[in-house]
Amino acid sequence: MLIIRNLKVKIEGKEILKGINLEVKPGEVHAIMGPNGSGKSTLASVIAGRDFAEITEGEVLFDGENLLSMPAEERARKGIFLGFQYPVEIPGVSMVNFLRTALNEHRKYKGLEPVSASDFLKLMRQKAELVEMDSQLTGRSVNEGFSGGEKKRNEIFQMAVLEPRLAILDETDSGLDIDALRIVAKGVNKLRSPHNATILITHYQRLLDYIVPDFVHVLYNGRIVRSAGKELALELEKKGYEWIKEENEA
Amino acid sequence: MAVEQDQILDGLTKGEYKFGFYTDIETDVIPKGLNEDVIRMISEKKQEPDWMLEFRLKAYRHWLTMKMPRWAHLQIPEINFQDIIYYAAPKQKAKLASLDEVDPELKATFDKLGIPLEEQKHLAGVAVDAVMDSVSVKTTFKETLADLGIIFCSFSEAIREHPELVKKYMGSVVPYTDNYFAALNSAVFSDGSFCYIPKGVRCPMELSTYFRINAANTGQFERTLLIADTDAYVSYLEGCTAPMRDENQLHAAVVELVALERAEIKYSTVQNWYPGDREGKGGIYNFVTKRGICKGDYSKISWTQVETGSAITWKYPSVILRGNNTSGEFYSVAVTNNHQQADTGTKMIHIGKNSRSRIVSKGISAGHSNNSYRGLVKITKGAENCRNYTQCDSLLLGDKCGAHTFPYIEVDNQSSVVEHEATTSKIGEDQIFYCNQRGISTEDAVGLIVNGYAREVLNKLPMEFAVEAQKLLQISLEGSVG
Repeated sequence: MLIIRNLKVKIEGKEILKGINLEVKPGEVHAIMGPNGSGKSTLASVIAGRDFAEITEGEVLFDGENLLSMPAEERARKGIFLGFQYPVEIPGVSMVNFLRTALNEHRKYKGLEPVSASDFLKLMRQKAELVEMDSQLTGRSVNEGFSGGEKKRNEIFQMAVLEPRLAILDETDSGLDIDALRIVAKGVNKLRSPHNATILITHYQRLLDYIVPDFVHVLYNGRIVRSAGKELALELEKKGYEWIKEENEA
Repeated sequence: MAVEQDQILDGLTKGEYKFGFYTDIETDVIPKGLNEDVIRMISEKKQEPDWMLEFRLKAYRHWLTMKMPRWAHLQIPEINFQDIIYYAAPKQKAKLASLDEVDPELKATFDKLGIPLEEQKHLAGVAVDAVMDSVSVKTTFKETLADLGIIFCSFSEAIREHPELVKKYMGSVVPYTDNYFAALNSAVFSDGSFCYIPKGVRCPMELSTYFRINAANTGQFERTLLIADTDAYVSYLEGCTAPMRDENQLHAAVVELVALERAEIKYSTVQNWYPGDREGKGGIYNFVTKRGICKGDYSKISWTQVETGSAITWKYPSVILRGNNTSGEFYSVAVTNNHQQADTGTKMIHIGKNSRSRIVSKGISAGHSNNSYRGLVKITKGAENCRNYTQCDSLLLGDKCGAHTFPYIEVDNQSSVVEHEATTSKIGEDQIFYCNQRGISTEDAVGLIVNGYAREVLNKLPMEFAVEAQKLLQISLEGSVG
């Protein structure tokens, strides 16, 4: 589904990603862990198509197509979803209007008719339940006045409505209390299927107690320095990132 | 990154003006130029009584003593007032079976603009006075309204049929001495709408005037006078468009509103005159004086404007809060793109005690345009316990446009409270990317964000027009935003 080969990325002249290789297949959950500044969020943004970095080498393929030449909205319509670390506020734009516009763009891309107002409201209600989101929130402006936890839950809610094939969740667990974390994880788990895949970007092991990954990768200094099964996360938790740093600088 | 954003903006500003067509219809025009003979000719063509001609001549003589106002934050090229045609009337072809009939050509023009002149086809609950160039073409629902005692007709008809009302109120809110363009309008105005809502009547439908400039080299000078008697209520809307031309055309209108005791007037404008092309060639000079007076106690006047058109806009819909416990409101969205310039805002003059005013202004600038808010809040000595709240926001799209704020606040007593809040923001790249990531294109994202920004004002428009205004905002910014 997603193949990344030797991806090198510079931001303002500084090399942030130094040759990333990664393959994600349908049905898989990958966790990418690593200390601050290792390039995790850059990787997520580059896959989603944020136009802020210079790609100097390598390729990213999605279903065999070159992702890097597509604008962000086209990638989204093809089924790539980014759960933002810091979701932005859009004052005056209601969640209903925003998400309906988004969903209809996805449907148009697939050659489907726009969703009717009543069907859409039904869908909103149903998906809001999934993430135990207060239906009041869907009547408000996008992320405006949402608490940190509400914003994160709102990301998973949008993911539930748009049903992406590849979801990249960037530090979705950060700033969540344990109840919110459980709810977010439950949402992600419910949406898991043999047809879609998830990349979890996280700092801590605790999210992985709730969403069990098939693979864990450690990103350090712009490279994936270690890949293994879920046990790697536990090892990291025990030994800390110092262990990786020492190993790679030795 | 800045370069990218510029490209996005550039790409976005390719919006086309949708009402730029011209109707090839035989038009009765008078020669170019302005002098007393021209004014007499206009008055004669309209078969006006002497008192009306006198009013015009007095205004003209006063205008000659005045100078073009230069205090606004606008670059206004010299206007040659001798090079303008002051009267142009589309000729109705052949003999029409009844007075209510409209030339098919004119009907087709208004159909094309989305303003059907047949009552049965019209939006339920909206009565229209359609004005093309210097004359009113048709007023719909006149009879229905007359049953309630409501007078809704062209200004020319009001001069003939209701001279006592016109004499009493015309110039009572905007005297011809008020300013340069008001004086000019008073001298040469050709038509417009007149409306009177009698005591205790709530007008059951939206009243509206649609202004269309069609003929070339003409100026449009219409006048609107709206009177809500004691306990009356009316909601009024005006819209306007013009063909695309390389020359600039002058539009200098006067609108006067009078609200008597406990009356309420809601006046909404969707202004979409031709703004000129991307290089700033052509477009309408929109120099308009709009003012209302809350004459009676507990009366209320509310202005809502969505300004997207015109090359240059100079316009300050104001309220004189003369009665006690009166209320004035001004809600505005002004969009400028390409080389458009706007200097717009309001004046709230508090004279009555316990009067309240509220100003919400949302400026949106894109391209190379300049957008200024200019507002005066004046609370006189005797106007105790008054309250004003002003919120003035500017949104910038791109880095070649300008947003300016000129608030004037004069408070002459201790018991009143005036609040002013202002913000300036840019559409964030992160907001656009967030939308992109959900599958929404940059252009649609900008439309969504701008409409969200303007929502508080758009919500004040009558429902049918809010949708139109929303679309208009998006079209005006097509190819302009980042």
